[in-house]
Amino acid sequence: MSDGSRSHNVFAPLVTARDERERGETSAFGPLPSKVSVRNLSFYYGPHQVLFDNTIEIAANQVTAIIGPSGCGKSTHIRAYNRMYELYRDQRATGEVLLDGENVLSPGTDLIELRKKVGMIFQKPTPFPMSVFDNVAYGLRLHYRMSKSELPDRVEDALKRAALWHEVESKLDRPGTALSGGQQQRLCIARAIAIEPELLLMDEPCSAIDPVASAKIEDLMESLKTNYTIVLVTHNMQQAARVSDFTAFFYDGRIVESGPTKKIFTNPAQKRTEDYITGRFG
Amino acid sequence: MATARAEPSVIRNAASGVAKSAGKQHRQSTGDPAFKWMTILCAAIIAVIMAGISEELVRNSHLSIKQFGFRFFVSPKWNPVTQEFGAASSVFGTAVSTAIAVLLAVPLSLAIALLLVELAHPVVSRFVGGAIELLAAIPSIIYGMWGLFVFAPFMAKHVQPALANTLGLLPLFQGPPMGIGMLTAGIILALMILPFVSAVTRDVLHMVPAVLRESGYGLGATTWEVTRKVSFRYGMSGIVGAVFLGLARALGETMAVTFVIGNDHTMSASLFGAGNTIASTLANEFSEASEPMYLSALFELGLALFAITVLFQIVAQLWLRRLGRTMGTR
Amino acid sequence: MRSRSLVRRRLVDLAVKAVSGMSAMVGLLFLAWILYEVILRGIGGFNRAFFTKLPTPPGMPGGGLANAILGTAVMTALATVMGVPIGLFAGVYLAEFGQRGRVATTVRMMSDILMGTPSIIIGVFVYTLLVVPTKRFSGFAGAAALAVIMLPVVARTTEDMLNLVPNALREAALALGAPRWHATLRVIFRAARTGLLTGTLLAIARVSGETAPLLFTALNSPYWPQSLRHPMPNLTVTIFNYAMSPYPDWKRMAWVASLVITVGVLFLAVFARLILERRRPR
Repeated sequence: MSDGSRSHNVFAPLVTARDERERGETSAFGPLPSKVSVRNLSFYYGPHQVLFDNTIEIAANQVTAIIGPSGCGKSTHIRAYNRMYELYRDQRATGEVLLDGENVLSPGTDLIELRKKVGMIFQKPTPFPMSVFDNVAYGLRLHYRMSKSELPDRVEDALKRAALWHEVESKLDRPGTALSGGQQQRLCIARAIAIEPELLLMDEPCSAIDPVASAKIEDLMESLKTNYTIVLVTHNMQQAARVSDFTAFFYDGRIVESGPTKKIFTNPAQKRTEDYITGRFG
Repeated sequence: MATARAEPSVIRNAASGVAKSAGKQHRQSTGDPAFKWMTILCAAIIAVIMAGISEELVRNSHLSIKQFGFRFFVSPKWNPVTQEFGAASSVFGTAVSTAIAVLLAVPLSLAIALLLVELAHPVVSRFVGGAIELLAAIPSIIYGMWGLFVFAPFMAKHVQPALANTLGLLPLFQGPPMGIGMLTAGIILALMILPFVSAVTRDVLHMVPAVLRESGYGLGATTWEVTRKVSFRYGMSGIVGAVFLGLARALGETMAVTFVIGNDHTMSASLFGAGNTIASTLANEFSEASEPMYLSALFELGLALFAITVLFQIVAQLWLRRLGRTMGTR
Repeated sequence: MRSRSLVRRRLVDLAVKAVSGMSAMVGLLFLAWILYEVILRGIGGFNRAFFTKLPTPPGMPGGGLANAILGTAVMTALATVMGVPIGLFAGVYLAEFGQRGRVATTVRMMSDILMGTPSIIIGVFVYTLLVVPTKRFSGFAGAAALAVIMLPVVARTTEDMLNLVPNALREAALALGAPRWHATLRVIFRAARTGLLTGTLLAIARVSGETAPLLFTALNSPYWPQSLRHPMPNLTVTIFNYAMSPYPDWKRMAWVASLVITVGVLFLAVFARLILERRRPR
């Protein structure tokens, strides 16, 4: 949380303030519940340390944006949440990442159960080499046994919640790769939410997609957060300001500042944050 | 070893046809014309050789083709005395030994490729991968020696009796356990194509983009589930291509098979029985064939073998090109 | 819908991993077995006589296979002299001139097919080409058959290695006004020399162990190599003849010869790989 006690003269707001954004602060009954509590997360590629004692609370059912210049560890940070780094031999993490109170970094954690609860969307859309239907059904088939009628219903439901159904309902048998870039990404989102995760990690999901399609995905995030907690890594500050409730600013593997988005963008406590936001670097 | 290694470049070339550097197009084509023509000539020699092989085989089979016609491929008779020849037993033997080899080698190769790419520590991977490649470097005749003097007696003493005891009701496993025969030949062939198919499969698996695999794992899949439904699917054309290449290899393998197959012009219902393949027949009988008809029949056998291996290789190339297109569509 | 059993999925995963490990073991086991037997059965006769004496009639001790060793060496060397330059230039054509053109694509495909053609067919071909018209088996025909086998291998590896050389190098040489042949031979070959050497060594390793193509071309002989226009003694056909013979001491000789071939081929192959690993461009 921000430690901002210094008042700052604000520079011109870069974003249009939306009144609803006020709710990013504490509710009338106290601080919002945390979905994820990160305590002293450090990360190493071999002997090389890239994350330094990251500590942050991710609020449930909110969109938290992680911003910062490239290469400062944003992606690495969220990849610790679903232990994706386990695939690679010399990458390791220390510290604690508590998802609903349980430390996912502990060796006893069941990775499959973890990844059922935590979904991930990547920078480049990654449709599997199969039909649209099979893409969405992939996770469902992995984890569940369903009747013949149930599966299409759930696929349709996931595609609707990903705002893709109307565009693909006549194309369910076509390969996933035949869709446009923006559609492929929404397909990946549908695929991820089909298995009802609780937390969605989105690693620069719009960076490979045209602005019109990006806008659709941003709208999607707004509607998804009622059911899911979303952590969004993004290069695009305007996007972060538009879409998120909370923002964390990363620099050189450290969390410089985090707090309600409105505050970070209009009244940041740290000079470095202010410099980044006003475009002095990065 | 050049074989197990050079051919994977077939994949890379087919698949990267899209990615060849555009820069070369802009290079000036000035330069010594004689040099260029010399290189064209050398490249043309390859084409000339291929044409030459086809032509010579066809020309020398003419006598036999005229005499026997299509019956040649269905007649099991092979009698140099009465000058009656038929390819059936050779084709049968080639087909059966190759089938055994492929059935044994492909699952093993896929499993080994999986190990090398996903499961093993990089050092282990290098060591095991290198060892498997050594299998490819061992000359065919060494496999033949080992097969005849070591493996066949082993089969006769231990494996075949065991098979006869358990599965002996099937005609496949009946008959005297001599050691040499179709089954032994098939197993040795499997060993010979194993490094080859697994090297190509390994290359195919390496080409699956990391984000795709991560997407699979991110959805909570196990290693096998990701491999089966994402990696293998993605690389399926490449794997099929690899299998066809391995098939083509097994079809033409000569020395190892000649040593252990028994060289009998019969078609045995039992895997324990002896037989022959086109290649082994050529190896054994070509230098002794004095009559023109005998020689011509052997040439026709050779033509058949050549045609089949060329066909399988072309099919393999087509599949590998499909892999390139899978990767090109992004 | 019911959850699919996680335990079962994990078991299947484990089973597959076990099978993979065992498959590798099977491969290694056979490799070890073969090498063990070859060494065991051949090492006994690994003495000076073997490398210096001519073969003696069966039953008479003290013979060797010096003629065969010499013959194999001569034919391999001649095949290299014939096949490698042509292969090199063909590879140059494919990489530098033809590239993606129709002619080059066709030649490339034919080269691959030639590479996969059974070596006995190549032996039969050279028989019709060289043995029939001259009415004699000859060492030259044997070398020619081996050269035909080497040709596509050298051509493809040359093409691969030349393709690895960056364009910038080519352009720099040409920009200095070098004619094409000079740029290729002096600059590009030098840049790719490690790879080209490896390719050549691997091709040599491959043909020195070949038997089938020599069966009807060079045949075999119990005497010192006479000339290239006569049958030439060689190790591989000798192994074949001796192994099929009824004489125990000839069979023992066959094992010694097998050991010599195996050691030679494996050494060459491993050595070639090592050079490539060592001097890989940074």
